[in-house]
Amino acid sequence: MGVIEDEIPATPPVPGMQVDVISDKRAARREKARLFIKSPSALIGLGIILFWFVCAVLGAHITPHDPFATDGLSHDPPFTNGYYFGTDQLGRDVLARIMVGARDVLIAAPLAAIIGVASGSMLGLLMGYYRGILDDVLGRLIEAFLVLPLTLVGLLALSAAPADWSIIPGIESSTQTVILVVGLLFTPIVARTVRAAVLAERENDYVQAAKLRGENGLYIMTREILPNVMSPIVVEFTVRIGYAIFAIATLSFLGVGIQEPTPDWGLMIAQEYRLVIGGYWWVTVFPAMAIASLVIAVNLVADRLQEVMEL
Amino acid sequence: MSTTETTTDTVALKLDDLHVAYDVRGIPRPVLRGVSFEIHPGEAYGLVGESGCGKSTTAYAAVRYLPENGHVTDGSITIAGQDMLKLSAPDLRALRSSRISMVYQDPSQSLNPTIKVGAQVVEAFTVLGFSKAEAKVKAKEALHRVRIADAQQVLDRYPYQLSGGMQQRVVIAMALACDPQLLILDEPTTGLDATVEAEVLDLVSTLRQETGAAVLLIAHNLGVVRRICDRVGVMYAGKIVEEGPAAEVFDNPQHPYTVGLLRCLPRRGANKVERRLDTIPGSLPLIGTVLPACVFQDRCVLATEECRTVAPPATQSEAGRTVYCHHADKVSTLVAAPLQAPVTGDGVGEIVLHLENVSKTFKQGHHEVRALVDVDLDLRAGETLGLVGESGSGKTTLAKAILGIHATDAGSVIELDSQTLAGLTTARTRDARRAIQIIFQNPDSALNRSKTVRAILERALQKLAGIRGQEAGMRLASLTDEVRLSPRHLDMRPRALSGGLKQRVAIAGAFAGGPRIVVCDEPTSALDVSVQAAILNLLADMQREEQASYIVISHDLGVVRYLSDRIAVLYLGRLMELGPAAEVFAGPHHPYTEALLSAVPSVDGDPPDRIRLTGELPSAINLPSGCVFHTRCPRAIKGTCEALEPPLVEVSNGHMMRCHIPIDELRTLQHID
Repeated sequence: MGVIEDEIPATPPVPGMQVDVISDKRAARREKARLFIKSPSALIGLGIILFWFVCAVLGAHITPHDPFATDGLSHDPPFTNGYYFGTDQLGRDVLARIMVGARDVLIAAPLAAIIGVASGSMLGLLMGYYRGILDDVLGRLIEAFLVLPLTLVGLLALSAAPADWSIIPGIESSTQTVILVVGLLFTPIVARTVRAAVLAERENDYVQAAKLRGENGLYIMTREILPNVMSPIVVEFTVRIGYAIFAIATLSFLGVGIQEPTPDWGLMIAQEYRLVIGGYWWVTVFPAMAIASLVIAVNLVADRLQEVMEL
Repeated sequence: MSTTETTTDTVALKLDDLHVAYDVRGIPRPVLRGVSFEIHPGEAYGLVGESGCGKSTTAYAAVRYLPENGHVTDGSITIAGQDMLKLSAPDLRALRSSRISMVYQDPSQSLNPTIKVGAQVVEAFTVLGFSKAEAKVKAKEALHRVRIADAQQVLDRYPYQLSGGMQQRVVIAMALACDPQLLILDEPTTGLDATVEAEVLDLVSTLRQETGAAVLLIAHNLGVVRRICDRVGVMYAGKIVEEGPAAEVFDNPQHPYTVGLLRCLPRRGANKVERRLDTIPGSLPLIGTVLPACVFQDRCVLATEECRTVAPPATQSEAGRTVYCHHADKVSTLVAAPLQAPVTGDGVGEIVLHLENVSKTFKQGHHEVRALVDVDLDLRAGETLGLVGESGSGKTTLAKAILGIHATDAGSVIELDSQTLAGLTTARTRDARRAIQIIFQNPDSALNRSKTVRAILERALQKLAGIRGQEAGMRLASLTDEVRLSPRHLDMRPRALSGGLKQRVAIAGAFAGGPRIVVCDEPTSALDVSVQAAILNLLADMQREEQASYIVISHDLGVVRYLSDRIAVLYLGRLMELGPAAEVFAGPHHPYTEALLSAVPSVDGDPPDRIRLTGELPSAINLPSGCVFHTRCPRAIKGTCEALEPPLVEVSNGHMMRCHIPIDELRTLQHID
């Protein structure tokens, strides 16, 4: 196995330092995985995500109490009556509801990110590859779209969405609308990133060579260019998951997202944040910390992934 | 020049048994394995060798400017009597700012694009402690010193508004700000045109005499080193294998590696018809490999058991030459590739490609840039046409027009086998597309890094030859065999291949559909000389086997000459001279060709009377009147050349020239009998 040139710094330029790299794709991937786990912050992030993932999968099986059971409008503070995080105004266990609430976020956020990244990549490929009028028109549209505040578009779309519709079985229709709206809102942002990567990539001679071979645009975009812009797309995907968690919580908070009685972090805050002044802080603070922990964890992983991918 | 005994005080730079290692994943990998040499004040020392041999590392180590993971593990560095390895950080900084300067390869990257040239040059003086006002005066003087006539105008511009040659002068002016005693030039002319390169090299030579600075030049181009260096050190795998006066080393090499390196070059008018180029078997060792006592042993034909175990002693000989080889006395027995019986096919084949009135105009805002003007050309089967000219002369535009990447202007005719071709490749038939293919300069960019070699070549076969499945598999096997790739390379990705192997894959791809014409755009400029030789041999073989015609674009006239049967010289989009390669190179030449030829530094030494082109390539937006070359032509006839554009006339059989000076007069002027 040859020497990986990555670890020889580029500055100052040392032209003589090029070495033959005898490695295949698998070795390169293994190398990236090795570099990834070398970062403690990424490991912490991964650990937190794993924790929420276990909560989401096992749900009510591991919660100390039934998340839906009411305990006589108790509104207990933390560490009373066996409720570590206290209870809400209906007397439901906050800890249990937070743990179960991870499920919707962990389904909705990645799905929204997938929709955003998939459609954004498609647009970005088209714009970056064809440029010209297509790029100009779509570019302006995207700029216009980016000006709109996320919450406003979300509110409008969600209030306009039919109440009962379903594409993905097993997910509530309100959640599905949230996924779609957030995914749609991410599309232009992803498109811009991918477009920039494609613009740089299309200057390579292999694109010219493909044209001279008589390949059509679709083939060049999907088979020649796409594999080489996968790094920014993967990074964008992880970054988008972080934003999606945030966006979904925001929409739930505003009351247009995930609906009762589904336990949801944003919704929990929305229902009781006015009571914080009255001393009932725990129903707001704990779900907020849950959101923060997951967003930070995803970002820790995304940051490290970006570093590793861009090597 | 003199290499008599000197004390360390008078030595500008002295390296003694320098060892440098780079830490890769915590393991130190040796890169320099005992480099020793001295540079005396006023002397120019050249370091040559293939990429990866440690030239640049030596230079960076000398000024303690190694990347973070690089360490000097042994040996000493002395600059102007001071031990560099013992200097404290402030002392080191002081020494660097007052006595040492460096000039890097790409001038456009050495200058900040957002700051005016003036501010950058002034800064070079203010850091030395001059006041703003003094520095401004000094900056102007500095530009005059590097022969920039209109200094104020240059100072008021941004770097991008200057040509590459001008930028490099500015960088050199800044490097000279501190009156350095040691000037390190790292590939200072790579990427510049031959004419500009000649100017920069002349400048370096004169400045060296003026300032008395010692120069350390790093270059892979042996001609450049020969032109300005007094002494030269040949490096291989982190060791100097031979050292001595530049002319002596190049004319009479004593180390097997130097001999091999020099024989790889297409020199002295070598042509593919007469001889194959020598190659050095094997490849450079990877960083970190354990090498035998003589680092070159694995690739040396003279190697014996002794070379593996006993480090070759320094053999000093007359005239300050040192060779590190056990068998330096046997070097004369190394045989060069024999001359081959000229392989001429039936001489002149059918006309494959016919160009008539090919023009290309680019729109730049409201201006029209005429990149190609009425080019008429014929290309015959199995023939190679070399395109020569400075950048901006239209070589690449012409190639792209032929390939159908650019649509040509109305009225341009491109015929393939007497069939008129559509302008753009998308409008051409599959047969036309497969007939004209290209080999790009940089295989890293030309090969899709996410695909395996097999996927790349199979797709080429499918689209160009129209075959798939078992038939494609058989053709793939014969194709890889033809370009001397082994089957195990097929499942690798380009990243895992060396530069030479990658270029072989690119060549295989171009030949997949049995092309009639292959455009070779700087096919070897990204490669080392020993690899270049192998690729040039391969191109010659492929042409013989496939009867393809080549259009070769290269700034390296040795390469063009080696491959070409005919040469076309372009200037500002116009054909200035067109003729059989031997005649164009032997002369009488067009004055522009003459200037181009004499600008190229030769490893065999330069003729005493070189033509020097002054001035810059005129802007294509605002073309000179009459003959477009008259503004720079050393032989221009006053009154005629600026008024009338000369026609392209046949001066001898098949040799066309666009010049007012009669051919016989050119013959006298150029001393050709």
